[in-house]
Amino acid sequence: MTASIATSQTILVVGGGIGGMTAALEAAECGKQVILVERNATLGGRTALLYRYFPKMCHPTCGMEINLRRLKGNRNVRVMTMTEVLEVSGVRGDYTVKLKLSPRYVNANCTACGECAKAVETEIDNPYEYNLAKTRAAYLPHNMAYPMHYVLDPSIIGTADAEKARAACKYDAIELDMQEEIVEIKAGAIVWATGWKPYDAAKIQPYGYDRFANVITSVEFERFANPHGPTGGKLLRPSDGKEAKNIAFIQCAGSRDENHLRHCSRICCMASLKQTHYVREAYGDDAKSTIYYIDIRVIDRLEDFYLKVQQDPTVSFIKSKVAKIVEDKAGNPVLHGVDTEGYHRYATTHDLVVLAVGMEPETRGIKLPDDMLLDSSGFIEGSNLPAGVEGIYGAGAATSPLDVNRSVQSATAAALRAIQVVHKTSTVEGVR
Amino acid sequence: MSELNQKAVAKYENNFLREVEERVEDGEWVKMCMQCGVCAGSCPLGNAWEHSPQKLFRMIMAGKREEVLTSDAMWMCTSCYSCIVRCPRKLPITHIMHGLAHYSHRLELAPKGQPTRELARIFWQNLVKTGRVNELKFSLAVYFKDGFVQGIKNLLSMQGIALGLVKARRLNPMEIIGGHKCRDIGGIQKMLAKAREIEDRRQGFTS
Repeated sequence: MTASIATSQTILVVGGGIGGMTAALEAAECGKQVILVERNATLGGRTALLYRYFPKMCHPTCGMEINLRRLKGNRNVRVMTMTEVLEVSGVRGDYTVKLKLSPRYVNANCTACGECAKAVETEIDNPYEYNLAKTRAAYLPHNMAYPMHYVLDPSIIGTADAEKARAACKYDAIELDMQEEIVEIKAGAIVWATGWKPYDAAKIQPYGYDRFANVITSVEFERFANPHGPTGGKLLRPSDGKEAKNIAFIQCAGSRDENHLRHCSRICCMASLKQTHYVREAYGDDAKSTIYYIDIRVIDRLEDFYLKVQQDPTVSFIKSKVAKIVEDKAGNPVLHGVDTEGYHRYATTHDLVVLAVGMEPETRGIKLPDDMLLDSSGFIEGSNLPAGVEGIYGAGAATSPLDVNRSVQSATAAALRAIQVVHKTSTVEGVR
Repeated sequence: MSELNQKAVAKYENNFLREVEERVEDGEWVKMCMQCGVCAGSCPLGNAWEHSPQKLFRMIMAGKREEVLTSDAMWMCTSCYSCIVRCPRKLPITHIMHGLAHYSHRLELAPKGQPTRELARIFWQNLVKTGRVNELKFSLAVYFKDGFVQGIKNLLSMQGIALGLVKARRLNPMEIIGGHKCRDIGGIQKMLAKAREIEDRRQGFTS
């Protein structure tokens, strides 16, 4: 006997980075109703904060623009920013999801004219610059923000600054009495694309990220290289603003380490190889990049990129995991260790150290639906439920350390699975 | 070549890694080393020895039996545990170092007169006699290990400290005759003999 059951046909996508956007768009372009929720004030996630992609060295703004174009041209996706999932209950075909909507204090009237930012005096650390720069407390996350609306930092609500912002707005876009809201929605299938976060480099004690100004992370280096970043695209080191021409890249900063992240983060080798291009482009033959590595893990066709970097005389490779960093009197980081090709002890001075930090799944620290199965690193492996009953799928870097390309593939696969779920559950389903 | 060593060579032929895995304490971890070099770089005594842990592990895998077992590197370990703490694969490096030292000592391949080895030997001989460490006799044995003249020199250079210890009642000169001992010396020695028997069996020295 079979029976029709009333269900929700909506697909919920959690996370609006490159993976979540892709999953939402793929499903929506197949005609499904999609709700895309994002915790931050804009879509784009960590991808939008990169300067360039490997291996083609193109700019993420380009890919972002294509995706935003698709999004604007599609009626099936509803985007909810500043929204977090509090709780998921129910079964596939019939999930109830409790969402928390944080107030943006800016409504859809906003034209991104920027008058509110001029009026506000308070400055906050800019999270979209990894806190390397300050921004006014009324700000646009970044140039590719979606929705293209300003946001007020909650810290100024109730102060004179907030009133100034409201007074400056010509479009009645600022609503200072917006409140946090809890809403419940129905969904038939869920794609979980919460992505990753850079591993907290301060936990790698011998590298002194929290003690030495000139030890930075790879994601911060992306911001330094970016013309819209805190240094206007110049590779200047934080301690004294000197040009950083002699840069050390330390691989496996946190990855492949039982004391930190036990998995290989997979992208960091390519990321550092890519970043040697930034150094070379900035300083030509005066550039000096040194990559300290255990193994260079570049996969399949990306090997070509590695071979090209090897040809570059400004880039050298040292097979050694750096044991510790100390700072000399001039503020230069000095790297200590023993190399594996000859077992030579070295103490090498550089202008700047870039830690190729590992990818930690964002699933650590947020509440997940109960039936989600995680691996020992916290990446989504699958479902606790038997095959054919599950309705929540991981996508992108929430499932494994993936680069943008593979994240998109993974998201497309997850979208297809979610579509199958709403197909099956909304029509006829065998009674078990 | 000692008899135990000859037997070991005959048993394992050229498979030194397997020999280490079976006979050296925590030796089964050696193959887990991924040659990152953090142990070598973190070792406070690193520049004092010929072979860093990571290099020793590679030598074991490469079958360099003679070089490994005659190395003085594992005898230089002071058990600070920096390497264990930092090893990304959690190899018990300090323990492996001690295991290698112990094994090379049993096969009589360890460097002769290596100070740590001598100290350990003297300590052990002192301890098993009465079941208690006789610090006075132990110090004297260490001072005189390199001959009578050097022993007198050592004594003279340390006399201030010795007198201070006597004054503070941390050193009893009467320990020179007999000294304190545990109640059942025979029992202790039987226990140690049994432990040795079990260890020999476990490590494959006897069947």
